[in-house]
Amino acid sequence: MQQTKQRGAMSWVGDVAVIFGKDLRAELRTKEALNASLSFALVILLLFSFAFDPSSEQTHDIAGGLLWIVYAFAGTLILNRSFVRELPNDCLDGLIAAPIPAWTLFLGKSLANFVLVLAVELISLPIFGIFYNVRWAQQGWALLLVLALTTWGLTVVGTMFSALTVNLRIRELMLPILIYPIMIPALLGAMEVTGPLITGKPLEGDLLTWVRLLVGFDIIFTSLSVALVETVLVG
Amino acid sequence: MSDVAVDCSGVWKFYGDFPALRDISLEVPPGRCLALIGRNGAGKTTLLRILAGFSKATRGRVSIFGNQPRETDARRRIGFLGHGISIYDELSALENLILFARMYGLAEPKKAALEWLELTGLTRVRDGLVREFSRGMRQRLAVARAFLHNPSVLLLDEPFTALDDRAIGVLQALLQAALREGRTIVMSTHQLREALELATDVALVERGGVAYQGPRTPEMLADPGWLYARYGES
Repeated sequence: MQQTKQRGAMSWVGDVAVIFGKDLRAELRTKEALNASLSFALVILLLFSFAFDPSSEQTHDIAGGLLWIVYAFAGTLILNRSFVRELPNDCLDGLIAAPIPAWTLFLGKSLANFVLVLAVELISLPIFGIFYNVRWAQQGWALLLVLALTTWGLTVVGTMFSALTVNLRIRELMLPILIYPIMIPALLGAMEVTGPLITGKPLEGDLLTWVRLLVGFDIIFTSLSVALVETVLVG
Repeated sequence: MSDVAVDCSGVWKFYGDFPALRDISLEVPPGRCLALIGRNGAGKTTLLRILAGFSKATRGRVSIFGNQPRETDARRRIGFLGHGISIYDELSALENLILFARMYGLAEPKKAALEWLELTGLTRVRDGLVREFSRGMRQRLAVARAFLHNPSVLLLDEPFTALDDRAIGVLQALLQAALREGRTIVMSTHQLREALELATDVALVERGGVAYQGPRTPEMLADPGWLYARYGES
């Protein structure tokens, strides 16, 4: 029989990696959340393109907002599955019983959700560019930064509330109701920055203030979630 | 380190106004096997979940070798087998055991996983996805998951329920070996005969309280219903 290793800071990184790998592997095997989220994003982008004239100046003005509405809704479909995946066979008990800090469990799950939501966003972004006739790639790196910052905020808040609502029967309804009001500052910042970026304007001036808001939002909600997740999971 | 493996003293648990546990006090020394018996809803699972650190007692104190159940040292010592098997259907048997071996910080996760697949007779299906397994195979894999990290305290909630004959044999052999090695077992059960053969001590739980606690006696072994008849509510 084996002995356990001495655990230190590196083992926390290992714990996060183990949970991250497990969640990604499980999702890529079933593709339940990924397929639902991607299909939803593409269908809504298509429907919006019927509703708004892609060639009009007004559509370009609101394109950033439309994009983040689609991403927020599509992302919730992935985030809902995060802890629901642990319900069959009482797998959550197995995770809670393991001698890993609850915050490593939370960060591992958040990172896996981040990768999945970002993948849906990156796949649907070129399609959005075609439907709405915008050259999003002109400020590609800046747009990627805004996508990453906002998506991390969305996944941290969503993963936390996914843990909180996992035992509710109406969790699919409760999760959006709980996370969208909290996400308002981040979504507002993302919409304000994304609009100009997809029309080719550089990331400077007032736009940087919104980026700072996104960084602040991420730091605050990551810290809060890391501090509170043990209480949320065990009481 | 405490010389009591599992210690709970004055434990109460309320769900709203309903007391699921009422002033439970139990001490289990190392190397002993305590069988928690009682009717459905008596509070056995609630007590085991508190001992395992899945839920907190409303009042009272619980410790595993002197540590609170949520402390890392206590969690490393506990092996829990509950109603659910805590195994991922989307992963293979080997992937599941490696996952838990890593979370428990075993030095060689794959080696430990392969050893336990061998011990539970699942080597042949090690790469098969768990969702394709029969119920008996899933239960054996759950047993492997619970024993994988060599726990010194085993908390088992209805461990013989829904097991096939082979899985019962595997589990009984593992539990007997665990007792010989000086590990501590607390199990709740309705399968009185299997449990009493293994138990060194018995606690009868009724309506959230302990109606009887003491060593297992020959009378209990001869007639598993004796304890209910003598100490249980009519």
